[in-house]
Amino acid sequence: MIRLLLSLMIVWSSPSLAVIETYEFSSPDLELRYKALSQELRCPKCQNQNIADSNAPISRDLRAIVHEQLEAGATDEEIVNFLVDRYGEFVRYRPGMDSNTLWLWSAPVILFVMAIAVVLLQIRKDRDGQTVSSNAARASKLRAKFDGDQL
Amino acid sequence: MQPLKRFAPLAAFLLLVVLLVRGLSLDPTELPSARLGDSLPDFELPILGDSVSRQATDWHGEPALINVWATWCFSCRIEHPYLLELAEKGVIIYGLNYKDDPEKALVWLDDLGNPYAETVVDEDGAFGLDLGVYGAPETYVIDASGVVKHRHVGVVNEQVWKEQLAPYFEAAQLIGGSD
Repeated sequence: MIRLLLSLMIVWSSPSLAVIETYEFSSPDLELRYKALSQELRCPKCQNQNIADSNAPISRDLRAIVHEQLEAGATDEEIVNFLVDRYGEFVRYRPGMDSNTLWLWSAPVILFVMAIAVVLLQIRKDRDGQTVSSNAARASKLRAKFDGDQL
Repeated sequence: MQPLKRFAPLAAFLLLVVLLVRGLSLDPTELPSARLGDSLPDFELPILGDSVSRQATDWHGEPALINVWATWCFSCRIEHPYLLELAEKGVIIYGLNYKDDPEKALVWLDDLGNPYAETVVDEDGAFGLDLGVYGAPETYVIDASGVVKHRHVGVVNEQVWKEQLAPYFEAAQLIGGSD
């Protein structure tokens, strides 16, 4: 029963995957590539949706283009380039590296290096004994107070 | 070292403020055309209400606007009166009737007036796709040799004309800066 409920919840929780129209593909492989491409291409009109999820007219047109070109034997790269030529890097959810996206791609690396540097600096500081000695001082102060109370 | 450390949070805060204020004035929906600086893609499309067709090179010679419109497009109705005004001033506007019913388009021009030097019919949106159109209305500026100079997505009104479109025409000295 719980299993059934869980599976129902999973089914119901993903309405955004609903496809608006269906295409016939000559091979299952093409269909897989179609699915991957339409998830990866961004709708220029409704900027936070991919073309698989969007029911904007332009997304319908782009899906038709992807289908048509897949059936015509185009590679994924050719299809993406065809659309980038017309709509810019914007249509890709994983844009290539250029002057606009340089920060987008390099920020995670820069932040990671910075985080590592902070951690290393802190460790070195601790090893220098500052924290240890201040802890020791506080501990002996507390011990003195505690001992004093007891006496 | 100590005073510097004390002001670090303030500095970080100010940096954030600068970034966020800048973010407020940016328009994330602004999307420059991928065709900027390129020649108009080739096309051969019929003229609305006529049996002749037009090619990209037919629109060379003078800077012009290309206005993407359709009768199903509500905002097109809003910008239509201003396009008539621009046409009256002598701006050449070519119409691209985008994914529309040509019959309805002809009725529309009869009813509301025709600001277009000529309108070509892109019934299946194939030329629109080549140009990178993703909706209507969109307005492109092409120069005398047919190179795409600018795209405006949305309604063209006086402000848009003055700030974004007119400079391309002033540069060609076709239209006085006083307009």
